[in-house]
Amino acid sequence: MSEFSANASERLDVQVINLNGYLDAHTAPQLESTFSELIGSNKYKIVVNFQELKYISSAGLGVFMAFIEKIRDNKGDIKLVEMKPNVFNIFDLLGFPLLYEIYEKESDAINRFQNPKE
Amino acid sequence: MQSSSENIFELKVKSSTHYLGEIREFIQAAALENNIPEKIIADVILSVDEACTNIIKHAYHSNPQNDFIIKLFFSKNEIKIVLVDYGDSFNLNAIESPNMEIYFKQKRVGGLGLYLIRSLMDEVKYKSIKGEYNELILAKKLN
Repeated sequence: MSEFSANASERLDVQVINLNGYLDAHTAPQLESTFSELIGSNKYKIVVNFQELKYISSAGLGVFMAFIEKIRDNKGDIKLVEMKPNVFNIFDLLGFPLLYEIYEKESDAINRFQNPKE
Repeated sequence: MQSSSENIFELKVKSSTHYLGEIREFIQAAALENNIPEKIIADVILSVDEACTNIIKHAYHSNPQNDFIIKLFFSKNEIKIVLVDYGDSFNLNAIESPNMEIYFKQKRVGGLGLYLIRSLMDEVKYKSIKGEYNELILAKKLN
């Protein structure tokens, strides 16, 4: 029922996590593990691609909050890309656009990591 | 109120997050049967998911042996959702909506569910009869 996956891959020194399915209180621990593994191997430049994510609840949003400070303390960031409107609306409702960079295209977020001053 | 023209659906669930997907599908199917617009269905699904997650984690402390009940009432003007559990109660009014910037600075995780429910629903009421049951009533207007 609660089908969800989070798969990380590397692109130009940036880690891209592709989310798929339904991110709720049941599946959020899977995403926590993915973040923990990346941080455990000192990888702090992270782009999360939401293209295949159908649904998110506050438990899912909580995962991004749980890791952001540690990641930014290590000169990294979590950038969020390719959200469907229904998913973006939930982030928007909770004020995330003020605190996270959200891009339409994955390549824009990766470029921002490559050229942070632009 | 308008019980003669209400469509009622009920689901009894074990208190495990494992069943959240099933709960969402139950709401989706009932709402489609009642021709509810997609945006409203999405708001109701998320609100009920958040409320059920709170029951599972806070009323029942994630003990899967317990049950709670979800009732949906579809009438001409609104969807009413009643969630009944038999676990620990809470004080709805004592839980304030967070200021998100302060919230982030405090590194708090969780507690956002009630904020979402209050944002998405038109009515949120809570009743607790000590030693008997807790009842959360949500309503969403249809117009």
